[in-house]
Amino acid sequence: MKLTPRNSEKFARTVIWSAAFGVIGLLFFIMAYILIKGTPSLNWQFLTQSPSDMGRSGGIFSTVIGTLMVTAVAIVVATPLGVGTAFYLTEYTREGPVTRIIRFSAESLAGIPSIVYGLFGFIFFVMYLGLGWSVLSGGLTLAVMILPTIIRTSEEAILTVPRMYREVSFSLGGTRWQTISGVIFRAALPGIATGVILGIGRSIAETAAVILTAGSSLRMPTSLFSPARTMAVHFYILAREGISMERAYGTAALMIILILLINVGANVLVNKFVARGR
Amino acid sequence: MDLRKMGTGKHRTETRGVCKRASRCAGKITRPLYFLAVMVVLLPVAVSLVACDFTPRAAVILAGSTSVQPFAEILAEDYMKLNAGVSIDVQGGGSAAGIMAASSGTADIGMSSRALSGDELKLWSVQIARDGLALIVNPKNKLTSLTLAQVRDIYAGTVTNWDQVGVAGGKIHVVAREDGSGTRAAFESMIMGKTFITDRAIIQDSNGAVRQVVADDPFAVGFISLGLVNSAVKALELDGVAATRDNVVNGSYGLSRPFLFIARSEPVGQARQFVDFVLSDAGRKILDAEGLVTSGGSPAR
Amino acid sequence: MTKFREKIAQRGFMLVALSALSALALITIFIVAEGVPIIGKVGVLKFVFGMKWAPTQGYFGIFPMIVGSISVTLGAVILGVPIALCCAIFLAEYAPALMRNVLRPAIQMLAGIPSVVYGFWGLVFVVPAIRNYLGGPGLSILAGSIILAIMILPTVISISEVSLLALPPLYKEGALALGATQWQTIRRVLVPAAKSGIVAAIILGVGRAVGETMAVIMVLGNAVAMPSSILDPARTLTTNIGIEMGYASGEHQQALFATGIVLLIIIMILNSVAQFAFRRR
Repeated sequence: MKLTPRNSEKFARTVIWSAAFGVIGLLFFIMAYILIKGTPSLNWQFLTQSPSDMGRSGGIFSTVIGTLMVTAVAIVVATPLGVGTAFYLTEYTREGPVTRIIRFSAESLAGIPSIVYGLFGFIFFVMYLGLGWSVLSGGLTLAVMILPTIIRTSEEAILTVPRMYREVSFSLGGTRWQTISGVIFRAALPGIATGVILGIGRSIAETAAVILTAGSSLRMPTSLFSPARTMAVHFYILAREGISMERAYGTAALMIILILLINVGANVLVNKFVARGR
Repeated sequence: MDLRKMGTGKHRTETRGVCKRASRCAGKITRPLYFLAVMVVLLPVAVSLVACDFTPRAAVILAGSTSVQPFAEILAEDYMKLNAGVSIDVQGGGSAAGIMAASSGTADIGMSSRALSGDELKLWSVQIARDGLALIVNPKNKLTSLTLAQVRDIYAGTVTNWDQVGVAGGKIHVVAREDGSGTRAAFESMIMGKTFITDRAIIQDSNGAVRQVVADDPFAVGFISLGLVNSAVKALELDGVAATRDNVVNGSYGLSRPFLFIARSEPVGQARQFVDFVLSDAGRKILDAEGLVTSGGSPAR
Repeated sequence: MTKFREKIAQRGFMLVALSALSALALITIFIVAEGVPIIGKVGVLKFVFGMKWAPTQGYFGIFPMIVGSISVTLGAVILGVPIALCCAIFLAEYAPALMRNVLRPAIQMLAGIPSVVYGFWGLVFVVPAIRNYLGGPGLSILAGSIILAIMILPTVISISEVSLLALPPLYKEGALALGATQWQTIRRVLVPAAKSGIVAAIILGVGRAVGETMAVIMVLGNAVAMPSSILDPARTLTTNIGIEMGYASGEHQQALFATGIVLLIIIMILNSVAQFAFRRR
């Protein structure tokens, strides 16, 4: 068969379409496997009862609360710090070698494997600061993990706001703070929100770092200093030890659904904000 | 300068957001924004605060051996049912981590699945049960027993093929635990002696994981807690003695290791009461039911 | 009044930025401070190229782990990048709007699945398949590569797609006007033009693969010995830390921090290459 442009076009089309279908098929396979095996377990009882008998029976309520608390700490700490730093770097300082070094460092730190942060968090928060295995240790470790990402995505979002906005605002007599809060923040919000959502997604899915900082206690966390087991950790332990496969699948299904909802919700919110300006 | 003509179409409509009176508009535009941002930030904080009781470290914390952990969790659950208002948190990490946590005070009680040695002996400890150590293979494997010497050779890597121990062939897939595991340390001291486990061994970080690997792989061999042997795997006889709980009790199956509770110094308060519960008849009944051996435990030091 | 608020805002932002940056600096310094002594003691060459990792016996060579990381990542790139590129091309050029609206969210969903779930899925499907059809224990570098290839798909696809879409329409229109087929246009004009973006996408994918821990711990087998084939179990730099960090103390712990330093350097090199590629646009 001659390698004419027509033939190579046909061949390429086949390959590319199959690749696309392959990826869809793969996703479908993975999601369907987890959801089919997991959603039968997702009833009201499962969600509102805590695990008992080392997880062999009961639900996953304490792990849901654990996940929420640890993620909350991470977001509450990382978002103001990250967004504020991004604003400072872009609005209050001039572009120069210093800001470039900071940006490069933020990029590199964003790329460090999460396990290294886990190691740091374990040694620093759990042992050195004496916080022990707690929501606080886990949340702070996660905060430190997502901070570079939030700085970076916020900075990118702020930088894509056209210079014209600032110039117009200044020319109309606005001060720097008024410009930031009134104009730039609103314009950069979709990008900032994406970064925060990414951070939330990462916090929910993180396992290795969380096991060693927030602990793996099954008890319902009652304070920032209690240990807490997140859903990801619970899934890992249940699946590995073979304690209860149906509960493991249920936990995984719930996690996936949660992350999906967050992503969809974020997209909807971002679109709404952008559309509001119209 | 017609602002609306500058920039791409998408920005065109957003210039309406740039108010004509910047100072007064700052409040107008940002108010719903601030409100939303404040809500997003405050809501999880509020949720956390509602759940909080702000007492740091009110609970008794146990940490350490993943072998002991499930049993400690059951004991803690039953203890908390009998004593409302007491919190006990059980954490894994491995025996070495548990001993480290106990001696540094990060945990109130450390759990270990091997005997203490060297510097560790200056810590307070008590044996809560004994646990047999079983050698397991896949049910499809025709092998039923091995000698201790054969086990040592397999794990040292000098015997590499199944036909060298009398069954139809294939390479032996050796499965072991991680370095900090009490189970591994117990295995090393009881079987390996001075010989090191081969570098080529597959490492898994818990009994359950080892069991799962052996259950799936017809060529695998591993060691786990006797209490965790189930129908997915087959426990081998060692030197002709079957791996059963009775044989551990009567002493004919020598491969057993102590489950220890360890602390920096003799526990007081809630921790002490929990330890007393575990050593009491009620606690022993629970452990025996789960497959551990509590008869003949050593008294607290 | 406004001037006062202005000053507060500026000081406030500076404070926030300083705290954040000093926190990040603290971490870097901490990791380096903990790790450097052991590298100094063992010697850089013996640490990085040492063949034996047995901390309890005093051996701190991480070369088997480096080989593990490289093999797994390379495998992931070889398996994943071609498929990812095809998908990116599909999304940018061939897909009808309906398929695009299905595939794009599908890829986003792939990105949202936690890595432990991937690892578990790999344990249930990939590992037995390798063991039954290719031999060995199944827990192997190949299994890790397959799982990582799937995990880096979303990253590589989305960034490559963006790079392709960012090209001026002139390129495509010019090629088509000259009589090229769609595939010829893509192959000879668009992809080379988007090369720097695609390279950046691949490097980001590599970064993600190098950093992955949980999924890899579950399917890689974690043997300490140097692997000799893709069907052998192995450890990567990250899984080594993950397995041992719970109980390491003293020099052992320092060696894990030193491994962290090595990872940091690798990421910095990757980032520099990516920035260099991006800047050449």
